[in-house]
Order: sequence, then C-alpha cells, then structure tokens
Amino acid sequence: MVNDTALKLDVGRKFSEAAAVGGAVIDLAAAKAEEKAKFVCRGVRVHYGAKEALHGVDMDVPDAGVTALIGPSGCGKSTFLRVFNRMNDTIPGARVSGSVLMDGADIYAKGVDPVLLRARVGMVFQKPNPFPKSIYENVAYGPRIHGLAASRGELDAIVEGSLKKAALWEEVKDRLKEPGTGLSGGQQQRLVIARAIAVRPEVILMDEPASALDPIATARLEELIDELRKNYCIIIVTHSMAQAARVSQKTAFFHLGDLVEFGDTRAIFTNPKDQRTQDYITGRTG
Amino acid sequence: MTDARPLADRAALARIARRRRGEAAFRTASMAAVVAAVAMLGWLLVTLVGSGATAFYQHVITLDVALDPSKLDPTGARDPAELQKASFRPILQSAIYGRFPEATGRDERRELFALISVAGATDRLRRMVRDDPALVGTTVRITAPVSDVVDQLLKGRIDRKVDATLRPVSDRQIAWIDALRASGEIKARFNATFFTATDSRDPELAGIASAVVGSAMALAVALMLAAPIGIAAALYLEEFAPKNRITDIIEININNLAAVPSIVFGLLGLAVFLSFFGLPRSAPLVGGFVLALMTLPTIIIAARSALAAVPPSIAAAALSVGASPVQAVFHHKLPLAAPGILTGVIIGMARALGETAPLLMIGMVAFVTEIPSSLTEPASALPVQIFLWSDSPERAWAERASAAILVLLIVLGAMNAAAIFLRQRLEKRW
Repeated sequence: MVNDTALKLDVGRKFSEAAAVGGAVIDLAAAKAEEKAKFVCRGVRVHYGAKEALHGVDMDVPDAGVTALIGPSGCGKSTFLRVFNRMNDTIPGARVSGSVLMDGADIYAKGVDPVLLRARVGMVFQKPNPFPKSIYENVAYGPRIHGLAASRGELDAIVEGSLKKAALWEEVKDRLKEPGTGLSGGQQQRLVIARAIAVRPEVILMDEPASALDPIATARLEELIDELRKNYCIIIVTHSMAQAARVSQKTAFFHLGDLVEFGDTRAIFTNPKDQRTQDYITGRTG
Repeated sequence: MTDARPLADRAALARIARRRRGEAAFRTASMAAVVAAVAMLGWLLVTLVGSGATAFYQHVITLDVALDPSKLDPTGARDPAELQKASFRPILQSAIYGRFPEATGRDERRELFALISVAGATDRLRRMVRDDPALVGTTVRITAPVSDVVDQLLKGRIDRKVDATLRPVSDRQIAWIDALRASGEIKARFNATFFTATDSRDPELAGIASAVVGSAMALAVALMLAAPIGIAAALYLEEFAPKNRITDIIEININNLAAVPSIVFGLLGLAVFLSFFGLPRSAPLVGGFVLALMTLPTIIIAARSALAAVPPSIAAAALSVGASPVQAVFHHKLPLAAPGILTGVIIGMARALGETAPLLMIGMVAFVTEIPSSLTEPASALPVQIFLWSDSPERAWAERASAAILVLLIVLGAMNAAAIFLRQRLEKRW
C-alpha cells in the first residue's frame, strides 16, 4: 500500500515536469505565488459546438476544504466542474480553452492522459450511478484497472477502507456480494463516493450529489462531505444555497457562463458584492 | 337542503360524451385489428397443420418375398457385387402377385404392382441381401412404404366417391387396399423416413435430412461470420467512430442495406463468390456467406441500439474512476448490451433460416440425394426444399411441403423463444 502511494506521487511529479517542459511556465509562476491553490484556472472557456457555455473563468480553487459552485440552471457551473477531470472531453463537440493547472501542471497540456488525471480527480454524479454489479465489485473496479492491489487481500483492504471512509461499511459489510443497485438512493450515492475514493484521488468533484436524495440521506451525505474535506479537496455543484452555506468554505457564484463572485462562503452569503449574487441569494432571480 | 351545483354544464357534458364515443371507437378498432391479425395467423396454422400433420405418419405394407436364386443369381456364384446389380423387381412382382392370385390380366397386375413403393421395397431388399447374402434362396418378410397414391387414399385425401376415371386409384385397387388394410398387412407407422431421408423422386421416400443439414451448415457459417463482424462494426460505429459526414453516410447505408431485397444479396453472392472467387455452386459455405451478408445489417442495427440503450451514466461512472473509453465499453457497456445483441443475432439468424431467394441464386436449389458431409458439397436448404416440393403437382408433395413448413416454423419459433428467454434471463435492471 505504501509503495502504491509512492508510485502515484511519482506519477503526479511526472505530470508537473511534463507541463513545465510543455510551455505553461508563465502560469507555473503564478501558481507558485498562490501556494495553497489546488487548481489555478485562467481564462477557461468551454464551447459546445458553436455555443460558448463558459466565457473565460479565472479562479483559484483552494487545496483544503469544500468549494461550492452555485448559480441558476444553465449558468455553466456543471460545465466548469467537468473541466477539472476533463469529462467534457467525452461530450462530442465540446471544446475547452484557457489554462487549468493542477498543482502547477497544465491538465490540458499535450500528452496528458485524461485517464491518469481522472484517477487523481474523482467524481460523483447527480444521480447515483453504481455499476449493476455487486457492492464489492463497484468499489474494487477502480483499483483493479489501475493495478493498485497486488493481491486479493490488498484489494479487500482497499474496499473495506473506502467503504469505511464513505460511511457505508457498517451498513453493507455483510452483503458485499449483493448488487449495488439494490441499495437505497443515499446508500448508492455513498457507494459511488467509496468507488471514487478507492482509487485514492486528491480531489473529489460532486455534481449536485444530493439532488436525488431525501432530506435524511442528504443530511448524512453532508456529514460525510464534512468528514471527507479533511483529506480531500472537494468541489461541489449545488442548487441548494442552504447546502452550499452548510458544507462549503468557499463559494463561487456563476451566472450565464460568467464567474460573478468568488470568495469565502460566509462573505458571499452575508455580504455579496455583486447585485446579481445578491438577487440570486435573496431569491429574486434563479 | 340546498340544490347541489351540477359538476359540469350541459356543453361540457356533451363534449365529454363525444370524446368518450371517439375513444371507444378507437379502442374497438384497435382490438379488431388484433383479432384480425390473430385470426389470420390462426388460419395459416390450422391450414398448415391440417395439410401437413398427416405427413408425419406413413402407411407401410408387409410382404413375404421369396428371394428366388434363379432370378437374383442365375450363375449361383453369390458374388456380392453381382447380387447388388441384380434386379429385385421381378421377385417383388411375384410376391404381390402371389398375394392376389385372382389378378391375372396385364392391366390388373400393373395396377396391383403400383400399390407398392417399388423403389422403397427393392432398395430394402437389396440392402438385406448386401448385409447377408445367405438370405438368397429363402423367403423374407419386408415392410415397405406403400405408393404415395395408396397412402393419400388411406389418409382420406382422395375422394372414393368421385368417378373412377377422375381419381388416380381404380375401384380394383381400392378393393385390394381395403383387403390389405383389414388384414393388417397395410398399417400406419410414424414416418421416420421424413426426417432421415434425403430428397427423392418418390414422395413416400423423400425426407428433409439433406435440407436440414444444409440449412444448419449454412447457418453456422453465417453465424460465425455475421456475429463477430456485425458486433465489431456496431461497437466501432456506436462507441469509437467520430461523428462526421462519412460515418453518417455509412449509417444511412447500413439502414438501407437492411431493406434491400434478399434476392439482391443472392445476385451479389453469385457475382462475387461464384463468378469471381470461383467457389463451388450449391455449397452451404457460399450459402452461409450470402446469408451472412444479408444478416449483417440486422445485427449491426440491433447491436447498436442495444449499446445505445445502456444508460450513459454507466460509461460516465467508469470514465470517472479512470477507465479508458475502451475499458468503459468492454467492461461495462458491452456486458450490459449483451442480451440485446444476442437477441438481435438470434432474430437475424432466424430470418436467415427462412430465406429462399438468395439461396436460389447461388444454386442451393439442387435435387440433393445425399446428406452433405462438408461445407463445399452440394446441399439444399429447408426453405428451398419446401419451394421445390410445393412446385410438384402430386398431393403427397403438398402434404410433405406443409410438413416441412411446420418443421421450419417450429425451429423458428424455438429460436425466437430462445431469444426472448435469454433477454429476460440476462437483462439487468437498474
């Protein structure tokens, strides 16, 4: 296990070197200045065909804590979230420009394999989407394809550890062979989080993870997010301002493809600087 | 007590009534459509069973035949090769003439001899003598099919009341047949010949074995070619191909190909496989190639829609944990699409099994009297055999054609049932 971690860090370092050679040197310097930023985004634009969905976003996502992306439907917050693990690449006709540095390395540089990136940046979707396989197989799939476990015992340990971190172990430890799709919505969402954790990511992206859950499951999920932020950089898209206020330390407000305001959650909610933010937060728009 | 306010006014009630009438008429019409469809299907089945079921039994006659050495083996050498060349017709004649000694006239005797399937009986005698030459000189009891006309009469397909000149059996023959039937010398038996024999000039000796084997071989070749190529093409087009003009054109053309009349594929097979590559005519190998060409579009379309039906969230989930697009497809999408793909393949194969036209073009329409033992030997196919038999005027052929159709329908039904079973069994729900 220790060896694996070392190996992964090494992969990360290679990333940075590749980027440094690649030509993102100017932004690397900027990244150095902001020591604690996990992601440094400069002029990020996303096009779907001819339509521009994001009009140049500059944002530094902090390494620690939860960053919430809020805004009305169609504002580009989910599009921006998918920039961080290059999931936009899988949408036909989608194009990303600008620069996104992760730990100083350009994740859109030539020669960067999105597959390696996605092992470091996990994702949780709006609707729980476990594989129609057993609970065990759901969690074991990632480690297996990345070769993170040398033996069955190691794999078992990874599965158990991931399920524990996702606060699901106690509920499923006796039925690991049962299908993941048989769990409740809240449990499925935690299973999906365990699946993401199992490949030992540094960042977890969450796209409205609680929108399909009832209030009790939502509360459990928020507890879990609060727990996970100690070890992971979390970026969460949410429709619920109350949820953003509860779980995040930083909040970014998007409107019509622009990043309107970004700052400490408390400041955004109590003292928004932009009129549009204020209108949205007080319920006048949205 | 106050007056209750009516739920709706008069105009609204009239509107509702009109709407109800319209809906009721629509329901009745759609039910009538279903009833009509079921009735037609039922009629087809009843007709087929009515005309074909009797082919599954056959009347046979038991005869004591004296294997007269002076006729079979005039030299007395008992040479097996010479014995095989001998004519068994005279001893068969003697046997049946001996059974009815009162028939002495030339015409009478001819009619009497016509009761037996001559080819069937002499073939049986010849085989007995080949297996045991010592039988020559003894009297053996054989069971041989009666001729097709006798069989049809006993099955009630020839009307006895019709004037004797208008029916293929004479009054004398009917008397003999009834006597033999009453004495138990003619009796009905399960028609195993129909399943074990190949095509023949005599309906009572004809069977579907060579056609079934030919169909099975052609189908196996078609499956082996069409399934892997079709699934691979569907995977590429659905999952990996860039979406551009060229792939659009390919997609349109695949859909067009599915609608191309099957005889065109036969012509293509004739031009390409027979004329250009010089492959043998009438061979199940070429039949399989042609059927594979014909089924490919069906399989590609079915496999693509099965792949497209897998929720995109599954692929997104795989990609998000760092699976490559190929891994996402092979680990998740393909297994989930497998039941649908399998169903498409089976239904495509069922269609191929019922095809006649393309096989006609490549010469699988031959009169085949041997069960093919390799892919390049001449063979027939079940639907082609049906086509051939239904072309013959004798009643016995019509009966056998219907029976072969029943066999084909049963196989097709079994294949479709398997498709449904597999789909229900393997399909994952989420």
